Amino acid sequence: MKLEVINISKKFNNIFAVKDISFTIDKNKTMGLLGPNGCGKTTSIGMMLGLISPSSGKIIIDNKELNSKNRIELLGSINFASPYIELPKKLTVFQNLNVYAKLYGVKNASQRIDEMIENLNLKDFVYKKNGELSSGQKNRVSLAKSLINKPKLLFLDEPTASLDPDVGDYVRTFLENYKSQNELTILLASHNMAEVERLCDNIVMMKKGKIIDRGSCKALIEKHGRKNLEDTFLKLARNKDELE
Amino acid sequence: MNWNKIFALCLRHVYLIKGSFPRILDLIYWPTIQIFLWGFISKFFTLTSSYYENTVGIILSAAILYDFLFRSSISYNMMFLEEIWSRNFTNLFIAPIKISEIITALTITAIFRTLIGLLPAALIAIPLFGVSIFKLGIPLIFLMISLYIFGVTLGLLVTAGLLRYGPSFENIAWASLFFLAPLGCIYYPIEILPDFLQGLAKLLPLVHIFEELRNILINNTVNFNTIVISITISIIYFIFGVVIFYLAYFGAKKRGTLINIGE
Repeated sequence: MKLEVINISKKFNNIFAVKDISFTIDKNKTMGLLGPNGCGKTTSIGMMLGLISPSSGKIIIDNKELNSKNRIELLGSINFASPYIELPKKLTVFQNLNVYAKLYGVKNASQRIDEMIENLNLKDFVYKKNGELSSGQKNRVSLAKSLINKPKLLFLDEPTASLDPDVGDYVRTFLENYKSQNELTILLASHNMAEVERLCDNIVMMKKGKIIDRGSCKALIEKHGRKNLEDTFLKLARNKDELE
Repeated sequence: MNWNKIFALCLRHVYLIKGSFPRILDLIYWPTIQIFLWGFISKFFTLTSSYYENTVGIILSAAILYDFLFRSSISYNMMFLEEIWSRNFTNLFIAPIKISEIITALTITAIFRTLIGLLPAALIAIPLFGVSIFKLGIPLIFLMISLYIFGVTLGLLVTAGLLRYGPSFENIAWASLFFLAPLGCIYYPIEILPDFLQGLAKLLPLVHIFEELRNILINNTVNFNTIVISITISIIYFIFGVVIFYLAYFGAKKRGTLINIGE
C-alpha cells in the first residue's frame, strides 16, 4: 500500500500540534518518523489511522483519500502496534487474537492465529492471560495482533521501547523476515536510532510539529557530517533553526 | 452492520465474564443484596402502611425492576470502561468497526450481564418473600423492554461523556441513576411529588413504567396505553442517546482524545 500525506495540519486550541507536513511512503517501503518527544509523531499517526481529524490536508492510502466513508474499508488493510496501548489483561493470548481476528474479518481465523503463534513463538503462553505476561511477551502478542489481518500498511510506534536488547533484536529480525515474505508498507516511529538505521529505507525528521529534514539514513548522516544517525538526530533536535 | 464483528465484540466480554468467578459473583451479589434489603423494607410497609395493605411485593417488585434498569445502564458503562482501563481503547477504534456495531454489541452484551445478575435475585425473592415478578405476566416483558431501552440510553449518554471528558467522567457513570431515581417515582405514586416536578417526571419513562407496575399489582388490570407511552418515550431518549454518542465520537476525533483516552 502506498501512503501519501499531503499538507496535513492539526490545531488544538489554536496551537499547531502538526503543521503542514507532507511525505509519501511507497509500497513495501519502511519509513522512519523521528523527532523529540512532543514533536507531533503520535498526532500524525493518529490522523493516518483516522483517530484524529486533521484540521487541513489529505491522507491518501492506495489512491483513496481517507475519510469517514471509506475509513472502515481502509482500516481492514491497516494495523497498529504500540507499547502504550494494550490488549485486555484478563483475556488469554488466544482469546485476544480470536476476538481481533473476528473484528478484522480474517478468513480462516484459526489458521492465521496458529501462524502467528508459530511465527512469533507464543506457544508457551498462548493460554495465559495478557496481564500475566512479561513486557517482551506482551510485545510479541501485540505484534501478533497487529499482523493478524495481514495488513498492507503497518504503523509501529516505538515497537521495541522498554524491551531488553535480546527481545528487541528478536522483534527487529522478525519484522525484517516478515517484510521479506509479505507485501507490507511500514511507518515506524522510534527513538532507537540503530533500529531505524536497520529497518528504514527513508526517514522523516519532525520538530515542533513540522518536518525539518528527510532522506535516507545514509544521506542524512552525510549531509549533516555526523558519524551515525544518533548524532544526526541530536544535531537536528538541538538546532534552533528549522532546516526545511 | 456486520454481525460477525458484533459477535466478536460480545465475545470479548463473554470471555471476560466466563474467566472470572469474582466477576460473576459481583454481577449476582448486588441484585441479591437489593432484594434482601427491599424485601424486609416492603414487609415492614405491608404490615404498617394502609396504602400497601394486601399488596405484598409492590415495593420489592419495584426494587427488582429498578435494579434491572440500574444493572443494564451500569453494564453498558462498565464494558466501555473496561476498554479504557485495559488500555485497549485505541486497538478497538482502529479496527474496522462501525460505531453502530459497537453500540449494538454493547447493547446485546449488557442484557446478558444484566440477566446474569437479576435472574438469581428474582428467583430468590419467590421462596424468601413470596414475591414473584413473573406474576406480572406478559406486561412484564414490555415493562422490561422499556426499562432496558432507557437503561441503555443512560449508558450511551454516560459513555458519550467518557468519550468527551475522558475517564474522569467515570464517577458520573456510577451516580447517573441516583440522579433520576427521585423523579422516577419508583417506590411511590407521582402525586407524592410537588406539582412543578410532576410535569418533569412525566417526561421520564420511569414514571409510566412504575405507575403501571403498581396498577397491575393493585388493580389487577393492565393499561397497555401506559406501557406504549413508556416504550415510546424510551425510544425517543434512545435516539437522542445515539445522536449524542455520535457527536461525542466526532468531537473526540476532533480533539484527538481517542488516541490517549486511557492515559
